[in-house]
Amino acid sequence: MSSAAQKKSRRRSTRTGRRHPLATVALIAIGLLFTGGAYALFNSTSSGTEAVAASQDQVDRGSKLFSANCATCHGMNLQGTSAGPSLLGVGAAAVDFQVGTGRMPLQNTGPQAPEKPAQFTTEDTAALAAYVASIAPGPGLPEAEYLDGGGDATHGAELFRINCAMCHNVAGAGGALTEGKYAPSLTGVSAKHIYEAMVTGPQNMPVFNDANLTPEDKRDIITSLKYLEDNPSPGGIELGNLGPVAEGLFLWIFGLGTIVALTVWLTARSN
Amino acid sequence: MADERGREMAADISGTELVPTATSHGDGAPVGTAVVSRDIIENPGLPSHRQRVTDVDPKSERRASRIVTALFYLSVVGSIGAIVSYFAVPIVPDDPASVRLNTLFLGSFIALSLLTIGIGAVHWGKALMMDHEGVDVRHPIRGTAATRARAIEIFDQANKESGFGRRSLIRGSLIGALAIFPLPAIFFFRDLAPIGNNPAELLSHTMWKEGTRLTRDPTGIPIKASDVTIGSVFHVIPEGLEDAEDLLEQKAKAAVLLMRLKPEDLNPSPEKVGWAYDGIVAYSKICTHVGCPVALYEQQTHHLLCPCHQSQFDITQEAKVIFGPANRPLPQLPIAVDSEGYLVAQSDFHEPVGPSFWERRSDYDNA
Repeated sequence: MSSAAQKKSRRRSTRTGRRHPLATVALIAIGLLFTGGAYALFNSTSSGTEAVAASQDQVDRGSKLFSANCATCHGMNLQGTSAGPSLLGVGAAAVDFQVGTGRMPLQNTGPQAPEKPAQFTTEDTAALAAYVASIAPGPGLPEAEYLDGGGDATHGAELFRINCAMCHNVAGAGGALTEGKYAPSLTGVSAKHIYEAMVTGPQNMPVFNDANLTPEDKRDIITSLKYLEDNPSPGGIELGNLGPVAEGLFLWIFGLGTIVALTVWLTARSN
Repeated sequence: MADERGREMAADISGTELVPTATSHGDGAPVGTAVVSRDIIENPGLPSHRQRVTDVDPKSERRASRIVTALFYLSVVGSIGAIVSYFAVPIVPDDPASVRLNTLFLGSFIALSLLTIGIGAVHWGKALMMDHEGVDVRHPIRGTAATRARAIEIFDQANKESGFGRRSLIRGSLIGALAIFPLPAIFFFRDLAPIGNNPAELLSHTMWKEGTRLTRDPTGIPIKASDVTIGSVFHVIPEGLEDAEDLLEQKAKAAVLLMRLKPEDLNPSPEKVGWAYDGIVAYSKICTHVGCPVALYEQQTHHLLCPCHQSQFDITQEAKVIFGPANRPLPQLPIAVDSEGYLVAQSDFHEPVGPSFWERRSDYDNA
């Protein structure tokens, strides 16, 4: 918006060939106002998606939070213990995913850490991510341009069917794995967390690095998932998108039930 | 005998009062012709006629007739509703929601119009139409002696006039012609199989050969060994697959899953030591049970799960079956790295991929 306004005013000034002495100052002021306002707005609605360079304050705060909340299992120096894996080189993306979706800190041991309400504020999550990233380099937070859902949904859906659908279900409804593990449903998961999961491969999910799926590919996949989420299924009620099992069960119970009821009524004598 | 009983029953039913009839067994039969057991179940006859509410109460009869009429009118509403909704809720291109609404409205109204006709008709029949019981007696199936004699006569005459029994040469050749007639079908259907190739041979080999690059599905971009970080999974097709004439047939055999583990996690048997590259292993994606794509890889347990029948393969033990109905490990594709750093196949699979077939040798596992 700001750049459009700038362009417009610049075009007018070049056409007349004359410029007010304060035009530049006014332009800069307007530009700053717009960018600042947009930034504030952006920050308040979806804080955390911006890849802000970590300040030393943040790292220090993250260090304290880590020692208090994570070090029991992951070790004071991120080296890992028998209770938890090493966090060296997992990067800010992994921390933001695990803590931001509430998977960490782990509530109790089980086949898999389940998603639950986030235990840390977004600032604390960012501080933890900054601290872990400061110790050893790893995948960083995704750029906002890949999270806007403005990619090619058709291409994304093809990539999703090849790389993701076998575990997460073709409509992203999730599915069972071995020994109590499962691929979670992707409905309602934020674009940032989907991106981070692909980059870092949390828990038993394989890693899809940028050589396998480029950032644009990941953007397309996110776009196709958002498309599925935002558009109703043309085929009618989704029944959880679980496919033939749910649909078959529905038909067996309600379809056959109706037929049986009609047959009973047909053959019963009128009173 | 049966005839007689039927007539007896019909006579009973034609009257309004039904009396349980005595059986016709025993009493009327001439002495000494048959042994009839006396304790056979007695024919209970038909239950007495029960009047319906609509027969007795004129008020409920009027109500029932109003319901039936209303149902038929409702059907009219449904039919008109279907026409109206066809135009009122059209399918808008590129809008899946409109497809859903259109189907919902059309289906509901058409169902309403059909169901109400059916329900109304049945309710009419059950509540209002006369419901006295009647019996239609079956006539015996066997023809009279004269009819049967005449039928045989016709057959004899036809045989005599056509000479079917006499001219054995013609008869034999006709039977022979009819027997040969279905033979072409065998050749037609055989020709549906891959032309000029032995199916067993086709099942035994894939597109992979020495030096074929491993490329990404679906783009066909070759994969560098350095691209495959630990914990990664790549869905792989052979280079040049998109140019293959029978793309889907080739892909169905050649699909491969590429994984990278820590090299110390792999436990290759002596003859397969050189088949992996720095912890990168490639396995056929086609399940050895019934051929589903096995691609549910768990990067921490290194288990591969087949979604169809829950067969599990352990990548750290050369894809050994650790659970489920599969009987053989997934075939491994031996891989190496070429001079440019791209992953290439050392050879084709050393055994046929996918499920068993009749001609499959059983000694691959030991070879």
